[in-house]
Formats: sequence, structure tokens, C-alpha cells
Amino acid sequence: MEAFFRRHPVWAAIILIAAAAAAWLILAPWPPALEEALGRKRVFLNAVFSGITLGALYFLVASGFTLIFGLMRNVNLAHGSLYLLGGYIGYEVSDATGSWLLAFPVVFVIVAALGVVLQYVVFRRMEGEELRQTLVTIGLSVVVADILLWVWGGSSYQILTPDWLSGPMDLPVVAAVRENGDLVWLRYPQVRIWILIAAILLGVAMWLVMNRTRVGMLIRAGVDDREMLAASGVRIQLVFLGVFAFGAGLAGIAGIVGGTFQSLSPGEDTRFLLASLVVVIVGGMGSIPGAALGAVIIGLSEQIGLVYAPTYSVVFTFLIMAAVLAFRPQGLLGRSR
Amino acid sequence: MRKLLIASVAAAALILPGMSLAQDTIKIGVLVALEGAFAEGGKDGVRNVELALKEAGGMAGGKKLEIVVAPSDTTPDTAVRQARKLIEQDRVDFIIGPLSGSEGIAMRDYAKSIPDKTVINGISGALETTWVDPAPNFFRFNLDGAQWGTGLGRYVVEQKGWKRIASVAADYSFGYTNFLGFAVDFCKAGGDIVERFWVPLGSSDYAGVIAALPDDVDAIYLGVGGTDAINFLNQYEQAGADTNLIGGTIMADATVLAAKGRAKEALIGTPTSGPLASDDPSPAWQAYVASYRAAFPEGERFPTPSLFGVGYYIATKAAINALNAVNGDLSNGQAAFKTALATLPLETPLGTVTLNENRQATGSVVVTEVEEGPDGNLRSVFKARTEGVTQTLGMTPEEFRAMGLPSRDTPDCAKLRGG
Repeated sequence: MEAFFRRHPVWAAIILIAAAAAAWLILAPWPPALEEALGRKRVFLNAVFSGITLGALYFLVASGFTLIFGLMRNVNLAHGSLYLLGGYIGYEVSDATGSWLLAFPVVFVIVAALGVVLQYVVFRRMEGEELRQTLVTIGLSVVVADILLWVWGGSSYQILTPDWLSGPMDLPVVAAVRENGDLVWLRYPQVRIWILIAAILLGVAMWLVMNRTRVGMLIRAGVDDREMLAASGVRIQLVFLGVFAFGAGLAGIAGIVGGTFQSLSPGEDTRFLLASLVVVIVGGMGSIPGAALGAVIIGLSEQIGLVYAPTYSVVFTFLIMAAVLAFRPQGLLGRSR
Repeated sequence: MRKLLIASVAAAALILPGMSLAQDTIKIGVLVALEGAFAEGGKDGVRNVELALKEAGGMAGGKKLEIVVAPSDTTPDTAVRQARKLIEQDRVDFIIGPLSGSEGIAMRDYAKSIPDKTVINGISGALETTWVDPAPNFFRFNLDGAQWGTGLGRYVVEQKGWKRIASVAADYSFGYTNFLGFAVDFCKAGGDIVERFWVPLGSSDYAGVIAALPDDVDAIYLGVGGTDAINFLNQYEQAGADTNLIGGTIMADATVLAAKGRAKEALIGTPTSGPLASDDPSPAWQAYVASYRAAFPEGERFPTPSLFGVGYYIATKAAINALNAVNGDLSNGQAAFKTALATLPLETPLGTVTLNENRQATGSVVVTEVEEGPDGNLRSVFKARTEGVTQTLGMTPEEFRAMGLPSRDTPDCAKLRGG
């Protein structure tokens, strides 16, 4: 931190000022002039929170994607299909048992098992052959999409929020001030806040595992130099299997989350594949903190764009991606090799 | 020489089945959206085509009827691609469909390229389909979106006292048309539209729009349908919003009212308008509902037919009616069949339907309100009826044209209120 300040005093100042401005925009009641220019504060806050919670969802999908890529150099273009499959299975489980929470472990296990099969049967055979892997995964995603269409049909499914999570909650953020001086707190859907918290916890846990445990050490070593790690006697195929299973399971869980606050239908698989590609390109391939940063940036730009410039909102995401590729091709937190 | 022989035999094999079919079987192409926001409504459309055929014993004009279903996904290009497949590969005699507004406009243009065939609209409701440069072989037996909106605006102003509203509606031709029908009436009765939000068809995240809805309005008009409506209501409920709602025609349809979950309960007490009320006591409607219920087991249908289903049912009825009148004669570019479609009055579950010079239906529109029935199901209950609603909503064609085609900003509410 200190080193960063010393090396880049100008950048540090700009980042600090931007952070302070953002904090003020979110926390302080807005003066009338600002409301005039930007519309009501509630709208802005909602866009920000929707952006961050959407970012949490993107993070769930993209972190598995980036882990798999970082370790195996394997661009799994069937990742979106795992997301959609997880969502559909989650719908069936929560519909049959009435328990939303139960859907999470069940989906994680099923989709992770599928990931193991994919890695063992398909990817192990074409290690290092990037073109073949890409083509095979595109083929798989088309096949899986058609099977899902066959089984679940073309209509869209929504996973119901359990009673204890539905409805709004008040956040300790001032949305407006009434004429008599009362503060109006921001009301926001409870389920989104809890999913955000869960995503943050998961991110922290992943960071801890990666940086503080033996397994994490193995994975990091594998990301840096696969051959050397294998040569030093580690059974690298087992590590690969574990990471692929975990990444696939995460995508499945993200499917439940996505099915709860949006909906599941054919086409969502490619939408989320594209989103996670953009997220990891912006954040940096193979980096978990990068996936988190990228997810929040993309989520925020989508939602704020949707509110303030609806016609162009789709473009912003790709502008950000293009800018990152132009000025920092390895991604914001990626390492150049 | 041998090659030539094989080729001609192969070509004959391709052509012959089509020709022999044309002798005693009539093939009907059913173009219907089975993917996307209206997939549930589309399925009900297919059910109702089957129902109408079954009631006719699978025969019309002395010929056997056969259907080929072509699925679309509510986008115009898929609809046209599937229609082309129906005509060129399946060699159907005429098409029943499509389901969604912008598909209808595309099919109007496609119909002009197949003048010897006929297109009978399924349930698409964009105004332009039969208003701007209509195709001579495109027939619409359902009212358009603007007609369906009639009466609702006056009803909410006069009966409910809601005069300031904001609107959230789907950003495509039907969304504009349906909203125009409501707004014309509403503004003329003295209402004011504070803000209009347009959301893409098939979007899933409405949190931003819900947050941006103004607080100081009497009600919010919702012009989305199918799964879009379910998503919207879910997020509306999660955000804890509770303003009065006014429903567009596809908002409080059976496809939404029969959905799982609590979100639809936000609709209780919501006035809406359209061609049908599920509790309509008329014998024609009651007989139709009874026949629908008897034809399909309970888990595989809605409690009462959906708007989409009724549209496809009436379109199939119209085809059967006309085929009977001409004894199944489809010769000479289907000329007799087309004349019969255009001129014969049609008895439907919604009353008698006649077509105008644009081959667009004139009929009655009802205002309904959503209530919870004794069995816990939501249903739409009859409140008021307007008879004989024309394509120009009772205005002269010049007045109607002066208003402009429905779009994001048309109609202009202040102008209508003044006039």
C-alpha cells in the first residue's frame, strides 16, 4: 500500500478522491442542485446496489471460469451451460422439496460431478491443444443447450425466494430527507443483500484457501509453472480434477442465484458465458481478486447505464473491455507473463 | 442418361406426395411462439388449434385437415424463417399465426410474397399489421392492441379516480399499440401520464425501472406479459412497492394469473381490458370453456383459456368455417376461400366477428378486474363492456391518422386532453 503511494502519488490521489466522492454520493443526502442534474437519489442508489449485487452473481460464475483457466489454460466455453443446468436442477429441487437452501448443496454436488466427468473424459485427452479444446467446448455447449431445451422446454423458470428472504429491508443509507427533517432509509430487496454477503464471504474464503493452505499453494504453483510442479512429484491430474469440479459447482450454484433474482430460460447460458468472459478479461485471467473487481465494474456499468442511458447501456460493457484490452491487455489485476 | 433418369425420379418423388396430398388433405401451418416470454401462451395456442380441429372432427369442406407446428421465439426474423419453411418445405395450404406483435408486421410483408396462399393471424396485435399497407391475403379475426385498450382509461378515471399515472410497457410494436388504446381514452377523460418507461421484450431485470418509478402517482400502468410480467411482479414485490396497478391486455392474462408464486397477488384489484372476461356468462363462452376443460386434463391447461389460446381457436374456427362454405375449394390462388374469409360473419366464443376493408376484426372489448376466486385461483371478473370497437377506435380514419402511429411518445396526452 505504502509502496504504491510512493511510486504513483498522482494515481493514488485520484483514486482517493474518487473513493471519497463515491462515498459522499452514497452516504450523504443530496443537495437539490444535484437531484436536479441526476434525478432522485433513490434511483441512483438502487442502480448502485443492483450493480453490486449483479456483480456478486457475475463473480460467482466468473471465479470458477478464471480458476479453471488460470490453472489449466483451458478456456471452457461450456461454462454457461453448467450455469443454466445448475439453475434448472436447483429449480427442480426447490420445487420438489420446498427448500431453497437444500438446492445449493445438491446442485453443487451434481454439477461438480459433471465437471469431473468433463475434465476426466474430455479435457485430459487434449491438454495444451487450445484450438481443439475451444472447438470441443463450443460443441458441448450447443449440445447441452439443446438437451436442456428438450427437457425443460422454452418457457422461463423462476426459482421462488423462501418466505424469510422475500420482501424488502431497510439499509442504513439515507435515500432522501422528508420536508419535516425525517430521514428516509433505502429499502432494498432482502434476498439480493444476502446473496451479496454470501458472495463476499465465498470470495474471502477462496482467497484464504488460495493464500494460506497447502492446496492453495499447490494451485498457485500450478498456475505459475505446471510442468515444474508435476516434476516435483505432485499428482497434478488430481489437482486439476478438484479445481475443475469446484469451478463447475460454483457455476451451478450461480445458476440458482440467477434463477432466484432473474429467471432461467434458453439463451441465458450464452449470456452468462459472455458476461464471465468480459469479467475475466477486464479483471485479469486467472486472478480471483481480478474476477471480483471485474464483476463489480461490469455489474455497475450495466445497471447505471440502464438507468441513465438505456439506449447505450449495452455498449458500455464492451467499451470498458476494449479500453482494458488497449491499455492493460493482461487485465486490471492480471500478471503479464 | 441413367443419371438423368434417377434425377427425374428423385424430383418426382419430392413433388408427388405434395400433389397427392392436395387432393384430399388440407395442410395447415401453425406458426406460434414456443420460446421466449410468451412460451406458455404459445402452448395454449397449439392446444386450441387442436381443440378446434377436434370439434370439427378433423374435417372441413369434405377434406381431412392436418397441422404442422412451426415454433418461433417472438422475433420477426425467426417467424418469417419458420413461415418460409412451412410454405416451401412442408407445403402447407395456409398459415395460422403468428403470436407476437412484431412477428405480425413481418408476416404481413411476407404474405405479400406468397399471394396464392393465405395467412390467418394467430393473436398478434400490432396496429400496423392491418393498418399500414395491409396484405390482401392476411386476415385478422382478433382485435388489435389499441382496440383491446378501449374503455380502460375512462374506467380508471371515472370509477377509480386515478388521474396521474406512470407507465411501464414492453418496447415493441404491441407494447406501443396496446398502450395507445389505453392512453387515448385515459387522456380524453382527463388523465395525465407523468412518465413512460419502455423495457425490452424478454428482459429479466427490472430493479432499476422499479426504483425509478415516481411516488406521486395514483397508479402504474403495466404493459408487459408472459414471463416478463411474472419477473416484473416478483421484483416489484421484493422491492416492497405497493402503488395501484393498471394492467395492459396481456398483463392479467391466464398465463400470468396461473403462474406459481405469490408475486401475482400484487395484481388483485387491478383493472385491465381485453377481448374476454373469464367469468363471461354468455352461452357461447361457457360452452367453449367447458369444451376446453373437457379436452385437456387439469394439469395440462389453464383454468380458463388464455388470450393467446382464444386467438388461435378463433383463427382455426374461421378457417374451418370458410373451408366449409367453399367445399374445400382452394383452387385459383385460393380466391373463393379468401372471399369467404373476408365476408362471412363468424360466430365465436367472444360474439360475432366481422372484418373491415383491411381484413381486420371489429368486436367488443371488456374491462375486467382481477379477483381471488373461491378456489384460491386468481381470475378476471367482468366490469364493463364496449360494443363494436372499430380499428380507428370510433374516430374517423383522418383523425386516427393525425394522431400518428403508436410509438414511445405517441399518443401525445396533452393534445388529446385538450381536444
